[in-house]
This record gives sequence, C-alpha cells and structure tokens, in this order.
Amino acid sequence: MSLLQVQNLRVEFPTRRGTLVALDDVSFEIAPGEVLGVVGESGAGKSMTGAAIIGLLEPPGRIAGGQVRLEGRRIDNLPYEELRRIRGRQIGAIFQDPLTTLNPLYTVGDQLAETMTTHLPIGPAEAKKRAVEWLELVGIPAAAQRVDSYPHEFSGGMRQRVVIALALCAEPKLVVADEPTTALDVSIQAQVIALLKNLAREKGTAMMLVTHDMGVIAETADRVAVMYAGRIIEIGAVREVVKNAAHPYSAGLMGSIPPISHRVERLQAIEGAMPRLSAIPPGCPYNPRCPFVFDRCRVERPELMPAKANRAACWLYAPEEAQRLQESGLA
Amino acid sequence: MFSFIVSRLLQALPVMLVVSFISFAMFAYVGDPVAIMLGQDFTEAQRQALVRELGLDKPFFVQFMTFLGNAIQGEFGLSYRLSRPVAELIAERAPATLELALCAAVIAMAVGVPMGVYTGLYRNSWLSRFFLTFSLIGVSLPTFLIGILLILVFSVWLGWLPSFGRGDVVRLGWWSTGLLTWSGLKALILPAITLGLFQLTLIMRLVRSEMMEVLRTDYIKFARARGLPNRAVHFGHALKNTLVPVITIAGLQLGAIIAFAIVTETVFQWPGMGLLFIQSVGAADIPVMAAYLMMIAAVFVSINLIVDLLYYAVDPRLRIGRGRGH
Repeated sequence: MSLLQVQNLRVEFPTRRGTLVALDDVSFEIAPGEVLGVVGESGAGKSMTGAAIIGLLEPPGRIAGGQVRLEGRRIDNLPYEELRRIRGRQIGAIFQDPLTTLNPLYTVGDQLAETMTTHLPIGPAEAKKRAVEWLELVGIPAAAQRVDSYPHEFSGGMRQRVVIALALCAEPKLVVADEPTTALDVSIQAQVIALLKNLAREKGTAMMLVTHDMGVIAETADRVAVMYAGRIIEIGAVREVVKNAAHPYSAGLMGSIPPISHRVERLQAIEGAMPRLSAIPPGCPYNPRCPFVFDRCRVERPELMPAKANRAACWLYAPEEAQRLQESGLA
Repeated sequence: MFSFIVSRLLQALPVMLVVSFISFAMFAYVGDPVAIMLGQDFTEAQRQALVRELGLDKPFFVQFMTFLGNAIQGEFGLSYRLSRPVAELIAERAPATLELALCAAVIAMAVGVPMGVYTGLYRNSWLSRFFLTFSLIGVSLPTFLIGILLILVFSVWLGWLPSFGRGDVVRLGWWSTGLLTWSGLKALILPAITLGLFQLTLIMRLVRSEMMEVLRTDYIKFARARGLPNRAVHFGHALKNTLVPVITIAGLQLGAIIAFAIVTETVFQWPGMGLLFIQSVGAADIPVMAAYLMMIAAVFVSINLIVDLLYYAVDPRLRIGRGRGH
C-alpha cells in the first residue's frame, strides 16, 4: 500500500474577484521510502501541494475537493489538533529559506528538544542528548557545543542542516521538502541534497521533493511529477521523464537543462509564460504555448493517460488522436 | 556585559548635563529669585547681602558648577513656597506617585498583553472587535474625563470607592505605602485605572500588530509544521518575538506615567509629585521645578538602561562577542 495518496486534490482561493483555482485535480501516490520529485515553474502549484498535504495552506486558501490519505487514513478533513499530531511526527517539513525558518530567540538544541518532547515519549534530558546526536547526524561539527548556539551563529548551509534535523528528529515516514536548496550557495546545494538523500534512505523516509532544479531531481528522485498551472501534466519514473518526456511542456523543460557533454549555441527556451490563475485558458492549460497544439486542445481538457513510458495529460497520446495524426502525416 | 552598562551610563551623562543646565537656567530666567524671596519692603543693603549669600554675584560658570555639585548630593535648596528643603518634599511625595505609576503599569501590561495576543490571534471574533472598540475609547478619551467618569460611577453613584486622597498609609522607613491598608488599596484603584487605561490600550494595539506580523513569519509556519501545540507556537515562539518593541514602548510609557501623572493626581487629589509640581508651577517655585525636571530625566535615563538590558536578555542576536564562529 502506498504511504501517501493524493486524489483529485483541488485547492481554491476565494478572492473578491471570484474564486481562483490554485490546484486542480492533482493526484499522485508516494510509496514508503520513495522520493517523488515535483517540478515546474514558479507558481505552478508545487509548494501549494506540499502545504495542502500538511494542512498549512495560507488562508483564505482551502481544500475544496479531493482527498489526502496517509497510510490509508484520510487526513485532509481532520480537526486541527489531530492533524497537528501528524505534522512533525508522521510528516516532516523542510522549508526553502533556512535564514528565516528557525526561531532566532531559541538555541537550536532547544528547538530540536521541543520538537522531540512534543512527539516522542521522552524527557528533556533524553531529548537534549538526542539533539546532539541529530546535529552530528546532519554533519554539524562540534555538535556537543553547537547545540547551545543560536541560529544566527550558523551559516546558511549549516542552518539548513539544522532544519533537516528538525524535520527528521521525530522520525516521520514522509518529508515534504519545499525547495530545500534554492536559497543556498551553489557549492552547498549538492552537500545538502546528498545529506537529505542519505538520511532519507537510512531512515527509510519517503520524500516529496519540491524544486525547480532539474539537476537535483535527476540525481535524487525515484519518480517525478511535472506541474503546470496547478495541475500535474506528466508523472513517471525519473529516467523516463528526464530522457524521454512525453508532454511537450516537460520536453521543453528538460530541453532547457544545459548539457555538459557538448556545447550548444543557445539554450532552448519555452516561448511565452505560464498563465495566471485568474486566466487559465479552457482545454489544456498549455495550449497557447504548445508547438503541437490542435483544435481539441483548446476545448477539451486532457486527463493523465499513458504516454510513452509515463503518464501525461496531453491529447497527442489519446489513441484516437494518435491515429488521426498518423493518418494526416503529422506525427 | 559590565562594559555595556558602563558605556550606556557614559552615554547618559551628556543627557543629564543638558537637563541640569536647563534646570539651572530656570533660576536665571524664570523670575528673579531675589525679588521673590525679599518680598515687598527691602533696602538696597539687604538686597546686596542676599545676592552675596546666594552666590549670585559669582560668575555664571561657577554658579552652575555649585548647582551641579549640590544636585549630585540631592541638594536643591529650599522651596520658595513651603520654605522646606526640596529634596525632603520630593522624598515625601515620591512613594505616592511611584506606587500609583507602578500599579497603572502593572494593570496596563497584565491586561494589555493578553488582550493584544487574543486580538492578534483571533482577528475576526466578536470579542476581538469589542476589545478594539474599547481600546479606541481608551485612546481617544482624555485622562481627566476618564477619571471624572470613574469617580461619578464608582464613588458618587455606587459609593464603592473613595473619590480622592490616598487612604491610610503605613510608614516603612522613609517610604510611606498605601498598599498595606484596605483603604489605601481602595483609594488606589480608580487613579491607577485612570492612569493605566491609555497605556493599556496602547500596549494592546502594539502587541496585536506585532503578533499579526510575527504570525506571518516562516519560523512560525515552521513551528506549526513541526507539529508544536498552539500554546507553544503562540506564547513560546510568537509572543517572545514581539517582546522587543513591546518592552521599548512599555518602558517609555512607564517613564511617561511617572512624569505625567499630573492630571490624574490633580483629578484625584493624589498627594504625589505631580500634584506637588503643578502647585509649584502655580507659585513659580523654581527649586522644586528644577529638582523635578532633573529627577524625571534621571527616571527616563534609568528606564532606558533597564530596557536596553532587557533587550539583551530577550534577543540573543544582540549579545555581541558571544558568537562561536560562523
């Protein structure tokens, strides 16, 4: 059985000028110990998906439909207090900017101990001891002394290690990592990702890794979901999606990764911009930018369907269209 | 830590010097002390003698240094009005004002902070709206009107509390306290509420806006994402981060209510320094005014020092020199 099941998740933001649909019909699963990468442009709904899973959507955002299940148990409609017990204990979270994620007025040891005593049946002394162990585990040198340091006494990379320790210290089964390396120096990013990956593997923790860094995904994820305008438009094994993307948008996204093996004159760019939430076109949301667009794309919205080795929301892969396109000699 | 306190005290020195200079200048420019002391009938010889006796024939700078030297020893001369040593008058009146101001401050903090936290957390509840409306009254009604209304309701109509004076006091050494007798406590309630109401609403509004700000920060979201109970998130993580501005304002306001309890003391005929000051102004009693001015400056300077020390206690980022590498 999968660890996390998200089914037809829909998130709405009621505004004065009507309801914005931030996430629409988002479905995916994460197996125990699996790393699912979630990629897409800014505003595609990646972080929103993570926030919806842990029940921390910014008001007035709300889950308007669908379900989130953790080990088969529905968690999207739990009362605040019950979901709170799941947060940290069953689902850990890592945020983007380590400079603002830690409370400046408490030592890192206190913050770790507080998280552990909240969720685990241990006393303050044991929590303090484990706090030092966790700092060692995430690679903080001289952990026994640094446990009493305040966040401002650490560098950005070190702080993100502390955040990782905080997310994992109650040994959750799933970690939602929202752009964990975006705010870090490039030289530190690889270290932090490697740490996260190794710790998750060691502890058997599944991970939802939200990022727009395709390199990180290719290196870390088992499967990858590509999001566009609040929907998942392609999902599949990371190898297949990176090397052999089915959806024109994912193909474009992968084409924008600069190859190291040979020189290219120009990087490929995708023309145009992602539509705003208030102006998502009917049919396939990618149709205004898609080079392969045809009539049906502008009218009817595609669901995820088998496409190459993955599943993609694109009419090119509908059997009837494939046949028609073949006949007209386009494909 | 020690050097921090010393440097703050050194910074306070020029402030005190300037204030004492202004106090001193009052003697020279607000009326002629010789004329005030001599009254209507005097001879030129008497006038000369008094001028010499008071040291007014000496150069300006020497006079100022003498004044400073005396002020440091708490010696401000005789009150023109009451012909008693000023230091004695102030020492007699200070306990009344300090007790009143501290009670007002305690009420303001003890009620204002929880109300601020509540209205910051539950912005749209009807109780929050009620608190905000109520705070508008506190901010906009002048102190004397609040005092008079309270007297009308609780003294005149209900007859529960006295409308003036300090009740019975108990002497503890030179300090006279009204906190140990029933009538003293009863007499304290109305003036303390009157004096503290404005501060209460100010602190409530400040805590509310700071809470709303802090609740939007990443570390609060992260604290929630770690599954910490609401109580820990709101009071441990959020409230503590609002404390620095709250301490600043509360400190300044405490100084303000000690210094400007004048209106409240007048309304309730409270035998404190404010009442002494306003009577002295009426009689152009310059030694009392000068001493009062310097004492208030000293109060503000010490409160500022305490506020700085509290920052230091609350926010580890201000503890320079403690960092162990980056």
